[in-house]
Amino acid sequence: MSSDPSVEAPREDEAASPDDAAAAPTAGPGGSLASNFLHNLWSANTVVVTIWSIVLAMVIGAVLIVVSDSDVLAMFGYFTARPSDALTGSWDLISGAYADLFKGAVFDPATMSAWLHGTGSWRAAFAPISETLTYAAPLVFTGLSVALAFRGGLFNIGGQGQAVIGTITGAVAGFAFGLPVVLNLVVALICGALGGALWGFIPGILKARTGAHEVIVTIMLNNTAALFLTWLILQDGVQDPKRTDAISKTVAESAQLPSFGGALRVNLGIVLAVAVTAGVAWLLNRSSFGFELRAVGANPAAARTAGISVARTYTLLMVVAGGLAGLGGATQVLGTAYALTPAVAGNIGFDGLLVALLGRNRPWGTLLAAILFGALRAGGNRMQSFSGISLELVTVLQALIVIFIAAPALVKAIFQLRAARTARIGATMTKGW
Amino acid sequence: MANDHIDITVEPGEVHALLGENGAGKSTLMNQLYGLLQPDEGEFLVDGRPRTFRSPRDAIAAGIGMVHQHFMLVPVFTVAENVALGAERTRGGVAGWLDRRRVRREVVEVSERYGLPVDPDALVENLPVGAQQRVEIVKALTRDVDLLILDEPTAVLTPQETDELLTVMRSLTESGKSIVFITHKLKEVKAIADRITVIRRGRTVGTATPETPEDELAALMVGRDVTLEVGKAASQPGREVLTVTGLIVEDDRGVRAVNGVDLSVRAGEVLGIAGVQGNGQTELVEALMGLRAARAGAVTVDGEDLLGMSTKQILRSGVGYVPEDRSLDGVVKEFTVAENLVLDTYDRAPYGNAVKLNPAAIAAAARERVEQFDIRTSSPDAPVSTLSGGNQQKVVVAREMSRPLRLFIAAQPTRGVDVGSIEFIHGRIVRERDSGAAVLVVSSELDEVVALADRVAVMYRGRVLAVVDPQTPREELGLLMAGVTPGADKPADGVTPGAGEPADGAEEEPK
Repeated sequence: MSSDPSVEAPREDEAASPDDAAAAPTAGPGGSLASNFLHNLWSANTVVVTIWSIVLAMVIGAVLIVVSDSDVLAMFGYFTARPSDALTGSWDLISGAYADLFKGAVFDPATMSAWLHGTGSWRAAFAPISETLTYAAPLVFTGLSVALAFRGGLFNIGGQGQAVIGTITGAVAGFAFGLPVVLNLVVALICGALGGALWGFIPGILKARTGAHEVIVTIMLNNTAALFLTWLILQDGVQDPKRTDAISKTVAESAQLPSFGGALRVNLGIVLAVAVTAGVAWLLNRSSFGFELRAVGANPAAARTAGISVARTYTLLMVVAGGLAGLGGATQVLGTAYALTPAVAGNIGFDGLLVALLGRNRPWGTLLAAILFGALRAGGNRMQSFSGISLELVTVLQALIVIFIAAPALVKAIFQLRAARTARIGATMTKGW
Repeated sequence: MANDHIDITVEPGEVHALLGENGAGKSTLMNQLYGLLQPDEGEFLVDGRPRTFRSPRDAIAAGIGMVHQHFMLVPVFTVAENVALGAERTRGGVAGWLDRRRVRREVVEVSERYGLPVDPDALVENLPVGAQQRVEIVKALTRDVDLLILDEPTAVLTPQETDELLTVMRSLTESGKSIVFITHKLKEVKAIADRITVIRRGRTVGTATPETPEDELAALMVGRDVTLEVGKAASQPGREVLTVTGLIVEDDRGVRAVNGVDLSVRAGEVLGIAGVQGNGQTELVEALMGLRAARAGAVTVDGEDLLGMSTKQILRSGVGYVPEDRSLDGVVKEFTVAENLVLDTYDRAPYGNAVKLNPAAIAAAARERVEQFDIRTSSPDAPVSTLSGGNQQKVVVAREMSRPLRLFIAAQPTRGVDVGSIEFIHGRIVRERDSGAAVLVVSSELDEVVALADRVAVMYRGRVLAVVDPQTPREELGLLMAGVTPGADKPADGVTPGAGEPADGAEEEPK
């Protein structure tokens, strides 16, 4: 499972953050790597809870797979007579499904060995990972948007709306300006970010000036953005003249995020996502603004007493968070969709909330969580077509993972983890309210 | 460990004073008795039988009631509703309605029987602190308790209200109730207690009778002969640094909390502001720091107008500020010690600039401050929440004293701080004065004001009633704090027309 290394990593990356001190290994320096690992496996730190949450979600997912399959369910009807039927049937079903999930998300041994033996193409071999990263890229941006806002004490539910505006400004810049090669893409991306930033500025300034709760405002702005998009697509100059349905002109090729190797869908977006993650990590931990936003997020009263302008911080923070989500939208439309449709942004804004939650609001954690969600989505496609399991199961898996993370006490109780400071995980997530 | 093998016995009908400093473990002990905390070892006997208290419900069932230092009342409920809360009685079976009449009757009955005047229909938020306290007591009494725990009941009361409380306590003991009276104020103990148990660092260090002399009690409490004096030379007042004229500040409800204050503090002197909490001190200081808008008046530091400056500008102009509520305004608990040490200088050289921080300089400065100010922490990178209250306060003091200051404002600088740290912080404040800064100290502990100040300004209902010498007799200071000016024989209410609602207590913030 690709998730294990992915959730391990945030610890090394942000040693400066105080929360990480709690998660740091407690075994003595003399302990070997293995004993360290075993020691930590049962201590209830954030990383361990995350891993067990994923395991737990997959166990429940397995039950759901069995229950939703009528053939295997029928075998359970004569379980007492021939239990082996039901058990092997269930096992085959579950292992087949999760194998497909893996093959669709990471790599398929068959295509991989075919490529190594010269009978298959490298494209087929790398297609799964390409799909994973393609789905992950926009989620990284929207996840970072939510995570950054949250560190500043704001609950940015508006990632969706900001991303939608980002797709609009990004796409329009992409097909309208007709700039030369590199410039066109850069301008389109910047326009996407600016669009999102504007959409973030509105709740930010309202919060700072009037105290309007950002959750309410951003939810309203999500609807506003979505409806604006459906209206805009049908307008002259935006709608594709050759089409009668709701689709815009196609983004100029020079404004599209270049993909690697032609046949693969994965594009420059994921590289940009990693770079932006590094940027956000720097912003949060090394910049003066990051210091301000963390102080405001943790204790606005003390921040204000120390001379930090809380209103300015809130406004600026929402602008940056909106810009990130807008960039996510732009990546979506310039990287894979190439044209505006009413559903062009999919669900990336709302998935960003879950990604940030899973990544514990840390930049690198968010990146890894986005990749995990991308993997589930990519693998889910294969699981659906090969094992006949509905794609919705993936959504259920994502939801279960997040539920377990949000309820660390539950995971702790189920696995009897040693007492550690897991309570903080839950506490920090609800603080925005 | 807050409590280490404490033995204490309370007889029926007695006032048993639990005397100890802040942080000595008095409240911890009583919270165990009241079921809020569980003891690791040992047991409680009620009427000779061992009882365990898993929650306040158990304690109340066993006849134990508690009035907390910070009241546990719902501000938007009436007195009767607050009394009913937690023991609601209904009429009409399972889907019944609240029996308000009965509660009202009980409130009236109890308040008459013990001489505790409260209006059952008043909203709690409209009551002054003293009355809120009476509501708490009535609430406990309606639960038929035999033992009443009063946790620092006089901390927020004026001397007059304190006297009223002592009368109530007497009438309670006369009707056979026992009272555990937690305090660190010697005079009150001597006035009311039948027996005294002194607690220090979680241990019982002695029992005493009210006849024990005060200094002996103080020595028991602190563990050595205490000099309440702060070692300092006579002040050398220089130029006038801070000038406040005609300052008017409103509190959060729009009531004038500061109602025309004139003050001046000179370089090299400490001006202490004494007064019962809630007489406008908080709002005064917040206005000086740009944290609260002033309605009228002028504030200047060396001739520079402070009003209209942002807090950041004020801090940069050479003003140091220790806020009164450390955990709310002083530190960011999630931040490390090092981060808290640069909370207001993070964007200035050498710690950083408008764009980025300089972690190396921040770390180096933190190591230096931890050393200089004797901050007891496992590491400068430990979250400040892992430090004791006294050390957290030292972090705040160290931060504010780490830059050249013209004016140093300290509100309640030693609240909830251990003795060692108190001495250290007091020493530092005096040192700041001697280095030529003007110092303004606000404290509700009269001892602290008197020990530190070169001049004492007494605030009452938003006004400075008088500026006196710290050597002024305590009785006189006490009367001033209660609003009685020398020569006048009634409180100075009349001299503050337009003061709006009574200022005392109502703006007590829940902690």
